[in-house]
Amino acid sequence: MRLHTIALARSGDKGNHANIGVLARYPEVYGWLCNYLTAERVAAYFCSLKPSRVERYLAPNIWGLNFVLYDVLAGGAARSLRLDSQGKALACALLNLEIPEPQIE
Amino acid sequence: MSTKTIRVGNGCGFWGDQLDAPVFLVERGALDFLTLEYLAELTMSILAQQRQRDAQLGYATDFIEVLDRLCPLWRRQENLRIITNAGGLNPHSCAERALEVLRRHGLRKRVGIVLGDDILPRLDDLLRAGYSLAHMDTGEPLSAVRARVVCANVYLGARPIVQALEQGADLVITGRVADASLTVAPAVWAFGWSWEDWDKLASAAIAGHLIECGAQVTGGLFTDWQRVPNLADVGYPIAELEADGTFRILKPSDSGGMVTIDTVREQLLYEVGDPAAYITPDVVADFTSVRLVALEPEGVEIRYARGKPATESYKVSIAYRDGYFCSGQIVVAGQDAREKAKLCADIIRRRLRRAGAEPEEFHAELLGAGDSVPGVWPTVSPYEVVLRIAAWDKQRSVLERFAREIAPLVTSGPPGVTGYATGRPAVREVFAYWPALIPKSAVQTEVIYWDT
Repeated sequence: MRLHTIALARSGDKGNHANIGVLARYPEVYGWLCNYLTAERVAAYFCSLKPSRVERYLAPNIWGLNFVLYDVLAGGAARSLRLDSQGKALACALLNLEIPEPQIE
Repeated sequence: MSTKTIRVGNGCGFWGDQLDAPVFLVERGALDFLTLEYLAELTMSILAQQRQRDAQLGYATDFIEVLDRLCPLWRRQENLRIITNAGGLNPHSCAERALEVLRRHGLRKRVGIVLGDDILPRLDDLLRAGYSLAHMDTGEPLSAVRARVVCANVYLGARPIVQALEQGADLVITGRVADASLTVAPAVWAFGWSWEDWDKLASAAIAGHLIECGAQVTGGLFTDWQRVPNLADVGYPIAELEADGTFRILKPSDSGGMVTIDTVREQLLYEVGDPAAYITPDVVADFTSVRLVALEPEGVEIRYARGKPATESYKVSIAYRDGYFCSGQIVVAGQDAREKAKLCADIIRRRLRRAGAEPEEFHAELLGAGDSVPGVWPTVSPYEVVLRIAAWDKQRSVLERFAREIAPLVTSGPPGVTGYATGRPAVREVFAYWPALIPKSAVQTEVIYWDT
């Protein structure tokens, strides 16, 4: 199963950093998602982009998890040599993450 | 002004957005205020390049075209007010052109021009006075790149826009203003909120955040794109605010796209750091406090926003000259497309080295083979790939040479190289981004008024 099955996501940039907002599709999976989708797991998934650190913030009111990936844009919109210099494609990439069947209480 | 509800529509999410969107929104949106947001971080550096070439430029020229098309509608909707940051690095020139358009249409309007965000002329005084304008991420003082700075603009808040509305401005043109403040200002002005009513200011800031990117909250970019009806006619968003801070995200009823709890919460986290502390010049808004309720037939109501006092600083957006950039692409098709594309990139690099013009930074990516997010997707073997190569160097001449090495692959590379019809790619100067903070006490704003 891919993350896409249980979550929505959107990504963008702030300077040389990117953020990915992840939202549980159903309130029942939010708790499981918070346990499973840790900052460490997201950092490992995007290790090829060499994030200097990944921070996770929770927004339980919208069943949301916000990940900030520091220094992943190779210099940011004005300076990066990469095509996706604004991190627009990161959300789609994260939604492709293979996940186990969520355990729902 | 004291009223029950106001409708603020945003018809533009960035410079380059649909030219028809503001026209449709004004036609169908029953708006009190139209906002037009043109300035992304990257836009400021593009404007700096344009101003460097021509001192009359440096503003979002699309706005003049949009205004021209809005004028016939504005004649019929006299009370509509327009607030835009199209002024960019040159609000004066933008306002001059806007006045010409208004006069040509015979409209009697007052234009308020917000000034004070541009601190480039004061930069050395500020540095001498001890404001280091250190890079927000690295802590490096601005003096390290001072000689190469091309623009420095403070993200102003809603206050000078409210001042302009109080003085009867029908059109407010600003330079760099925080995007959310374009919506905070009309709410503060219409409802007479105090500048310390943090919860209400947070409400309007959240409304502004939600609509600032235009169609991104009305179905654009939404994960489940198959569920979004008629994106071709996507309606741009309207924030309908009440005096108590409650607001609704809506769109014109006969437009495409959709406004649901899912589209709204996706946009709520867009380009956000800590959602419990979204910093704007007017208020620190807590996105984790709000409750979203779906409306019939369409729309979302947002209640219970909480805010904390604004910080003592403004953010400053600075751009500085940082060498040169060039990128080009070709298509490589057929058997072993990936391997052939890699060979092409290697050939270019070796020919540049032989010519003594190897760029300091060189990056090749195989689009179609997963390289938009390099290393994340398992390697695939597509039938064809786009080879995109990009390079950076301190010297323009190195990149001029780089630009000439792409076309020759059509005859001197592996088979299947095609799609080189766009000609030699252009070399452009890089204006890199330097975010900093400055105490609010060091910034003075001013509003000037021009009448048609």
